[in-house]
Amino acid sequence: MTISNQENILEVRNLCTSFFTDEGEVKAVDGVDFSIEKGKTIGIVGESGSGKSITSLSIMRLVQEPAGKVVDGEIVFKGENLLTKTKKEMRDIRGNKISMIFQEPMTSLNPTLTCGEQIAESLRIHQKLNRKEARVKAIEMLKLVGIPSPEKRVKQYPFELSGGMRQRVMIAIALACNPELLIADEPTTALDVTIQAQILELIKKLQEELGTSLMIITHDLGVVAEMCDRVAVMYCGKVVEYADVKTIFTDPKHPYTIGLLNSVPRHDLKVEGELSVIKGSVPSPFELPSGCRFVTRCPHAREICHRELPALETKEDGNQVRCWIHTDQWEKQAEAVSTHE
Amino acid sequence: MSKKALLEVNNLKQYFPIKGGLFGGTVNHVKAVDDISFVVYEGETVSVVGESGCGKSTTGRAILRLDDPTSGDILFDGENLLGLNKAKMRKKRKDLQIIFQDPYASLNPRQTVRQILEEALEIQNVVSRKERRQKVEDLLQTVGIGAHQMDRYPHEFSGGQRQRIGIARALSVDPKLVICDEAVSALDVSIQAQVLNLLKELQQKFQLTYLFISHDLGVVRHISDRIIVMYLGKIVEIGDKDSLFENPQHPYTRALLSAIPSINVGEKKKERIILKGDVPSPIDPPAGCRFHTRCPYAMDRCAVEEPKLHSLSEVEHKAACHLLEDGPYDYS
Amino acid sequence: MFVFIIRRLFQTIPVMIGVTLAVFLMMHLIPGDPAQIMAGERADEAQLEQMRENLGLNDPLYQQYFRYVGNAIQGDLGTSIRTDRAVTEEIFTNRIWITFELALYGTVLAVILGLIAGIISATRKYSFSDVSLMIVALFGMSMPNFWLGIMLIYFFSVNLGWFPTIGWESWKHMVLPVLTIGTGGAAIIARMTRSSMLEVLDNDYIRTAYAKGVHDRVVIYKHALRNALVPVVTIVGLQFGTLLGGAVITETVFAINGLGRLVVDSIRMRDFPMVQGTILVCAVLFVVVNFIVDITYRLINKRIELN
Repeated sequence: MTISNQENILEVRNLCTSFFTDEGEVKAVDGVDFSIEKGKTIGIVGESGSGKSITSLSIMRLVQEPAGKVVDGEIVFKGENLLTKTKKEMRDIRGNKISMIFQEPMTSLNPTLTCGEQIAESLRIHQKLNRKEARVKAIEMLKLVGIPSPEKRVKQYPFELSGGMRQRVMIAIALACNPELLIADEPTTALDVTIQAQILELIKKLQEELGTSLMIITHDLGVVAEMCDRVAVMYCGKVVEYADVKTIFTDPKHPYTIGLLNSVPRHDLKVEGELSVIKGSVPSPFELPSGCRFVTRCPHAREICHRELPALETKEDGNQVRCWIHTDQWEKQAEAVSTHE
Repeated sequence: MSKKALLEVNNLKQYFPIKGGLFGGTVNHVKAVDDISFVVYEGETVSVVGESGCGKSTTGRAILRLDDPTSGDILFDGENLLGLNKAKMRKKRKDLQIIFQDPYASLNPRQTVRQILEEALEIQNVVSRKERRQKVEDLLQTVGIGAHQMDRYPHEFSGGQRQRIGIARALSVDPKLVICDEAVSALDVSIQAQVLNLLKELQQKFQLTYLFISHDLGVVRHISDRIIVMYLGKIVEIGDKDSLFENPQHPYTRALLSAIPSINVGEKKKERIILKGDVPSPIDPPAGCRFHTRCPYAMDRCAVEEPKLHSLSEVEHKAACHLLEDGPYDYS
Repeated sequence: MFVFIIRRLFQTIPVMIGVTLAVFLMMHLIPGDPAQIMAGERADEAQLEQMRENLGLNDPLYQQYFRYVGNAIQGDLGTSIRTDRAVTEEIFTNRIWITFELALYGTVLAVILGLIAGIISATRKYSFSDVSLMIVALFGMSMPNFWLGIMLIYFFSVNLGWFPTIGWESWKHMVLPVLTIGTGGAAIIARMTRSSMLEVLDNDYIRTAYAKGVHDRVVIYKHALRNALVPVVTIVGLQFGTLLGGAVITETVFAINGLGRLVVDSIRMRDFPMVQGTILVCAVLFVVVNFIVDITYRLINKRIELN
């Protein structure tokens, strides 16, 4: 076991989360490792089914049992393993030390409680404020997240607010107790692009002011480039590449990362002709390939890729990649007959 | 080169009544689309972009007469669609097809793919019964689905494949115009790229004309020839793709483009324009220029006088802003 | 809210017209001559004619209707043939309150039992307690009132002698009839609460609440239950109406002198104005209850617009 790094607020080691369905076990998250340095931002990117959201729910221990369960691994938050915490200890951490904002601001707020009440609730639980104090602080929080006339908004119900405003309220709830780690699961996916810009700007500003560490889960590579220091690219429950943001975008190593970057239609570049694509689609979680998970779609696949899962290898610069191409094995491999045309 | 106009929209208005008050009468209107005009030429792709509530989807629906427009003309191939009765419009739908964001919702879950496509062929009666099977196979082949998958149900396909089925259904009747309403928005990036390429390929193969409705400017830049930018039911800017993306003139378009997070990490970032506040309600849109409440360049007259679309260059680039009265504005 | 109440009140007008029309026409639609029915089979032609004249049956139908409604608004629902007392007097002096009590306690019992069972079931989905509660609920729903009433009398009154078999005097008298009338409702509410709770518990905002570190119990009662109640309230309102109907049987089984028994007795005695009057009062009661339910509904869920 590795010694915990003092600079890291969170270390996820060999996290495995499975769902048990009638058709069998789905390993939604399958041996994921990454860490978040204090005050820094990590992005977890991937397409649907990559396990990125389940990773974040696992950290919060919010995976719905009994269907889903964290089956292995460690989640070390400030030197303590969250997976061994009691229910009560976990409650004291959630919304207090680690907070979360979700994708759908429309449905993530309780429709029958006022915005003020929903912010005040965390304050009353964790900071033991009384009703009046919590209300004052709630108004303060609304002001902090840039909601105009907070005294009025505090009494309003979520349906009276626009999507952008609701996401601001979500952020106010999440930051109310000044958490050390904020997990944002697709925080701007449901928002319009000009509102997305406002919200990203707000999150960035508040992160700087409050010194919060941030974990962003998204499928939007633009958001990652904009916000993150380090990036973990996930595919079918595994991290395939883990590197600093500059490397990911300028010198990606894994064929999946490369394919992903190339298939983004660019608004800021004049490109003619076809988009380059990753062929095929994500395999069903019940029919995962036995070797590398990406082998069915990889343009470089050789025999060893079908046979054996590559390890997540650490390079000299500390970046990691899970691909046979970047191992000594690759050159030794005779070029196998590709199974694809 | 003379271009033939396939679709001409003139002064289209789509107001939806709001019921309320003591007796449930119409108390107000949502002005979803408020007096817009544009032309789509044969064989080109015109995109309509904008944020939620700008009226882009409503425009698409109005053209197909899925809603009945409040006023205006929609000329398709020279014929005014709004003058057709129901039966004639149904026939006309053979020429105008739509692909939705969520193909799943528009595919009958109890029909196999073959049944879905055969039904579409049958309704418009394009081919004889005997040829139908072959035609279905050809269609699926065209969109990249194997004939062996023909007897499966929609839920057995992935999102990308379902969208391919939706495309196959739209193409089954040999339409002239295909309206793609957020057709790739729900798809993952890698699948989205596949579908976009497919759409482009099909366009060339069948000489299709696309009206592409989307909020994703990256997608739009990739697929379109010309672009219409809408804000609160109005066209704010319209122009050739390159001209519009490289030299956006309306302050809203500029803000919209600058707001998209770019994957260019190496380059120095451009100054981002962050708009204040939310889009106002389309029930009571601001007087004058609808964008003036959020516009960083707003002047006094913007609150009272509605700007016209000013021509900016020879490539049919127009924008509706008072700043642009005397041609392009120097934003630097 | 004020506008809502006014509009909702306006909406009851057509319902009331429909109800009065139906009750009024009932008299004319049943086979045979109303005058004959009222005067008795041995009445001669002169007596019948006299009866028709008295009842205004010779006037055009619409006139009769307007007179009927006009009188009803003034509280005159005619005179009972059997007792010769005013129908309203007969209904309102005693009977309606007994039935109202019965229905009210029945509803309260149904709501309390139903909610508790529903919440337990929903929070322990597929557990032993969930499955057994839902099986019991299924029985509760399918058991006819009269059978349940007789069984309760058999066990608790005849065998154990805990409660009296008939009447409506002390709380002891009330236990069995209230149980009889409330069980079906409790079962329906339990199932409704369960499914509604399960749906609500799946919502994103429940996850948000957990992510805030809210205690499970608080999540269920504060965040989930309130939203889950919305459909349940509708059911409770409808249930109250069903209960009024159920009162007929329950009151007969337990020999309680309420509205239900009054209807049954009146039908048997061909006391026509009485039947009409009771049905009208019940219908009005039902409309009023639904009106209250709609307003409660609106208070719980502020998003509901009138349509």
